Amino acid sequence: MSEQNLQQRNQRTLRKLIIWAVAMFGFAFAMVPFYDVICDITGLNGKTSTTASTEGPSQVVEDRTVTVEFITQRGEGVSGDFMSATRRVEVHPGEITLVNFFASNPKSSDIITQSIPSVSPGEAARYLHKTQCFCFDQQSLAAGERKEMPMIFYLDPELPRHINTLTLSYTIFDVTDRVAATNK
Amino acid sequence: MSTAAAHDDHHHHAPTGLKRWLFSTNHKDIGTLYLWFSFAMFLAGGLLAMVIRTELLEPGMQFVDPEFFNQMTTVHGLAMVFGAVMPGFVGLANWMIPLMIGAPDMALPRMNNWSFWILPFAFLILLSSVFMSAFGAGNPAAPNFGWTFYAPLSTEYGPASTDLFILSVHMMGISSIMGAINVIVTVFNLRAPGMTLMKMPLFVWTWLITAFLLIAVMPVLAGAVTMMLTDRHFGTSFFNAAGGGDPVLFQHVFWFFGHPEVYIMILPAFGIISAIIPTFARKPLFGYASMVYATASIALLSFVVWAHHMFTVGMPLAGTLFFMYMTMLISVPTGVKVFNWVATMWRGSMTFELPMKWAIAFVILFTCGGLSGLMLAITPVDFQYHDTYFVVAHFHYVLVSGAVFSMFAAAYYWLPKWSGVMPNKLLGELHFWSSLISVNLLFFPMHFVGLAGMPRRYADYALQFADYNFWISIGGFWFGLSQLLFLAVCVLCAMKKGEKAPARSWEGAEGLEWEVPSPAPFHTYDTPPVVK
Repeated sequence: MSEQNLQQRNQRTLRKLIIWAVAMFGFAFAMVPFYDVICDITGLNGKTSTTASTEGPSQVVEDRTVTVEFITQRGEGVSGDFMSATRRVEVHPGEITLVNFFASNPKSSDIITQSIPSVSPGEAARYLHKTQCFCFDQQSLAAGERKEMPMIFYLDPELPRHINTLTLSYTIFDVTDRVAATNK
Repeated sequence: MSTAAAHDDHHHHAPTGLKRWLFSTNHKDIGTLYLWFSFAMFLAGGLLAMVIRTELLEPGMQFVDPEFFNQMTTVHGLAMVFGAVMPGFVGLANWMIPLMIGAPDMALPRMNNWSFWILPFAFLILLSSVFMSAFGAGNPAAPNFGWTFYAPLSTEYGPASTDLFILSVHMMGISSIMGAINVIVTVFNLRAPGMTLMKMPLFVWTWLITAFLLIAVMPVLAGAVTMMLTDRHFGTSFFNAAGGGDPVLFQHVFWFFGHPEVYIMILPAFGIISAIIPTFARKPLFGYASMVYATASIALLSFVVWAHHMFTVGMPLAGTLFFMYMTMLISVPTGVKVFNWVATMWRGSMTFELPMKWAIAFVILFTCGGLSGLMLAITPVDFQYHDTYFVVAHFHYVLVSGAVFSMFAAAYYWLPKWSGVMPNKLLGELHFWSSLISVNLLFFPMHFVGLAGMPRRYADYALQFADYNFWISIGGFWFGLSQLLFLAVCVLCAMKKGEKAPARSWEGAEGLEWEVPSPAPFHTYDTPPVVK
């Protein structure tokens, strides 16, 4: 094997390997949408749909009662109150229920908030349908305002039998700076 | 980039002094640089571990504040994984792979120089934040989120020095990828005539597979830290729930890198042990082909087990079952390897020179670490063990008495070839026995405190763990000090003080590296040897 030949072969192998490394760098970013799709399909991490459910429940399963609990948390930088009117409700699958949430802004400036829902067990996320939710949009709170934010939901009649309790958690974040940055 | 063949001009003027090392394109010089660097990082990371063990000697807060303690655990992990273990194996690859396959040098010598010289700067950047922290600049000055740098600890809550950390991880990544590319190109294109793939020494095989793992996952790590960087400064929300991202995604991306990384740190060790045991058992390696296939299967399986690090994040049952079974499956090829090593020793004419002592200690202690890994793989059990000292015990058994012991074995085995003198027997024996006893005193009780519920990464603990922690700390100091004996062994060899080593430094040693004189001349195998 001549020297020229070897040099060419080395270059060829080198090129292939560099392409592979760059492709794997891209793969890391491809994992982001891929992860979202997986979460959508499986309800992994308890992500609920970010849009309102348009069709109502097909039926109400009267002989079954499921407990739905509500948890509220404040993300970093949020100083106001954030709570639900009730800590838990007993519902029949298919029954449409309204729960009110409250948020307040004690600051002297207006803020924009975004609430992020999460369901536990994650498996139940697919069976929780919301026809209206404050989490679908960003909510603005004027200085000193206390706001009532309704959320209307029903559980899918198909909810697996072994799920008797599910917890819906909301974390509220202050996204004022983030919105300001994107509107610039 | 010039190739090795174009470079082996014997009459060129070899630079001396500092220039020899700065501009070196010689695989032996670069290998030496890597090995010294790795040892320096081992001592630096060890120093940080001493701070951890000093604080944990007694319950309550004594010496450092919790913030500084967190920085110690973080930088200790990073320095050991990226500074000590990985460059150590790259150093061994640089020195040994060309010698073992009869090549004159690595295929891409200039890139080789570059991939080493990036490293000291990467660690200068990372460790500078520790110095800033120790001398009171910024609070906290050094990364404090654990070596796994989970978001949002490293994004929203990360200290300003997180950006230094990101830059340094990028540099380490580039260095590792270049090192891996070099290994693959060398092994594919520079083997001596007759050296078919299935005739290669197992160290070359395991490194070839490791190199493929490196190219597959180091870019993913680079992707993860890039996402962190843009989350921190450029308004993206990959890992930020407020903007529609998901912090759990970080864990998936990180462990997709992190689990193959675990095998990157152990596969070359398997290769070393597979070289040493046949030498001192005076029998060929039992089941060569099965060793190669076992290594390849471990590498492939490593891509489908990552979520066993995150059973407790709340995965669907089917997901946890999948990752649990896949993880347990890995113990099959690993078991094949341990079986083969034992079968190689079976009825061999064994002698127990220093490399063999380390190798046998490796086989036993690594298997202990593997067994606790199997326990951790069981999902319901993992819920109990997650983030306790049991996990700390597990990965230190496979990394310290596994990877690090294998590197000691390799050093004692090949030091005669590198330096031309046999390593000092008395110091070596002291180093071995002292390390062997102290490493078990250090890590074995961690199993107990872990099972009893002591969480990792805390600067304090409940009173009932006090006795065990006292002895763990004593083991820690003892193990740390023992490594100074190894420093003495290396310095003596570097100064050529000791019994002169013959070309075949160990009676039963086989392989091309023992055909060249000891110390190996600056240029070897200019004309390739013929392998029958």
